[in-house]
Amino acid sequence: MTVSVDRFKCGYCGACVSVCPTGALELMETWIEVDGSCNDCGICAKICPVGALEVSK
Amino acid sequence: MKDRYDVIVVGAGPGGSMTAKTAALEGLDVLLIEKRQQIGDPVRCAEGVNKEYLKEYIEPDPAWISAEVKGSKIYSPDGTMIEMSEELSGAEVGYVLERKVFDRALAREAALAGAEVMVKTRATGLLIEDGFVKGIKAEHMGKKYDIRAKIVVGADGVESKVGRWAGIDTTLKPSDMCTCAQYLMTDIDIDPDFCEFFLGNEIAPIGYIWVFPKGNNMANVGIGITGNASGKVRAIELLDDFVQEHYPGGKAIELVVGGVPVCGTIERTVANGLMLVGDAARQSDPVTGGGIFNSMWAGDMAGKVAASAIRRSDVSAESLEEYEKKWRAELGRDINMSLVVKQRFTRLSDHELNTLAHSLEGIDLGSATLIGLLWALFKANKKLLWDLRSIFKGIKDIEMEVSAEVGS
Ligand SMILES: Cc1cc2nc3c(=O)[nH]c(=O)nc-3n(C[C@H](O)[C@H](O)[C@H](O)COP(=O)(O)OP(=O)(O)OC[C@H]3O[C@@H](n4cnc5c(N)ncnc54)[C@H](O)[C@@H]3O)c2cc1C
Ligand code: SF4
Ligand code: SF4
Repeated sequence: MTVSVDRFKCGYCGACVSVCPTGALELMETWIEVDGSCNDCGICAKICPVGALEVSK
Repeated sequence: MKDRYDVIVVGAGPGGSMTAKTAALEGLDVLLIEKRQQIGDPVRCAEGVNKEYLKEYIEPDPAWISAEVKGSKIYSPDGTMIEMSEELSGAEVGYVLERKVFDRALAREAALAGAEVMVKTRATGLLIEDGFVKGIKAEHMGKKYDIRAKIVVGADGVESKVGRWAGIDTTLKPSDMCTCAQYLMTDIDIDPDFCEFFLGNEIAPIGYIWVFPKGNNMANVGIGITGNASGKVRAIELLDDFVQEHYPGGKAIELVVGGVPVCGTIERTVANGLMLVGDAARQSDPVTGGGIFNSMWAGDMAGKVAASAIRRSDVSAESLEEYEKKWRAELGRDINMSLVVKQRFTRLSDHELNTLAHSLEGIDLGSATLIGLLWALFKANKKLLWDLRSIFKGIKDIEMEVSAEVGS
């Protein structure tokens, strides 16, 4: 799992959760959690409106 | 909290609260849960909704109306303006709401109708037995609970997991989601009587910019672009560019970010013991991204169907198919029409957008319907808009003309 969330940028909107093909992301209340099912596809990072996500391959 | 209910609704947005209210009024024992500690906050919306549509479901209250507009103005890339009345502007234009207050008012209506409401309560999974959804797993203040229900309604918004847990794949492709950023701006010079939309592949690739008045020189100034246009450049950066250019002296007093499904209707929204409503069912409009009214409409329908299914003691997918059929026949038809329009319009160059705008100059759109507007555009730009011809089929007053066109 190599997705990192910049919690100072994230606006906890849940957009990334809706595009994640493996269901690895979850919007708690005001933060995003990533679980082990992430396959580093990078889709979440692409669509985040503020660029809060980074996937390092 | 009890350990069993007739219906559990997950998510207290407009879709969930309407479901809970209608189900409770139908006499069902209802639990509405919301993971946030404050219903409606943070907002992820431009807050525009059609007055007449909204009035079908809730009595207007100045407490949650920020502004009232007469219609919309659309600007093509070269600045050509098309003015449209409220009726023509669709489900997104009329009132500009204060969603924080509005969402809470709707949840209160559900509570007054008899539903139990729990905040800071998150669904973490479903109870599934013999292929039927039988309730939810939930977490509240650090404790875990199993809560049983005859029917679970997933109204859990764009980030919905309820459908996925029941085997309905609601994952959105980047091109099926609109990624948005918005400032609530103050001290800016705007037209208080109109919602404004700005089109252009440079300012908003595969998307648009909106300016929705909020009263007192304030407005929601926002942008939505589809996910496939996002990455190298982000919604927020494009928004900053627009604001710099148009409102250099304005001040942002709130930031909103969010995603809206623009995929069109999905294959399935019911399973044994389960229905999906609103953004969770991907019922927002693929062109405008509007989903407040659609989610309320669908929620009301889901509440009614829940009651009739429970009365006939059959909560199977076949029984809940009643909901699927009804929403597809009305909402679904409009959503699919918008999808055809979206697919064509998102491929237009700035030059083509200008051509379309020019072709409407001098045409009085005063009493036109949306389909009438599209028809006017189609007639003047057949080559450009040939893909739209399917949406005119079955519409009586232009049907004859269309069959003549298609035949020619
Ligand atoms: C920037 C932006 C601008 C928009 N502008 C407009 C507009 O002008 N007009 C318009 O009509 N629409 C607009 N929309 C769309 C509109 O906001 C949505 O369509 C609408 O809110 C959908 O309502 P809903 O009830 O389906 O979902 P939501 O309002 O998203 O509510 C879902 C609720 O479920 C909760 N939830 C999620 N998961 C769980 C869980 N596991 N357990 C418990 N609770 C959970 C969430 O916290 C949330 O409160 C806009 C959207 C965005 C992002
Ligand atoms: S899309 Fe970006 S801003 Fe929204 S919740 Fe995900 S990381 Fe945060
Ligand atoms: S990189 Fe892909 S799999 Fe991993 S969290 Fe993001 S969208 Fe999900």
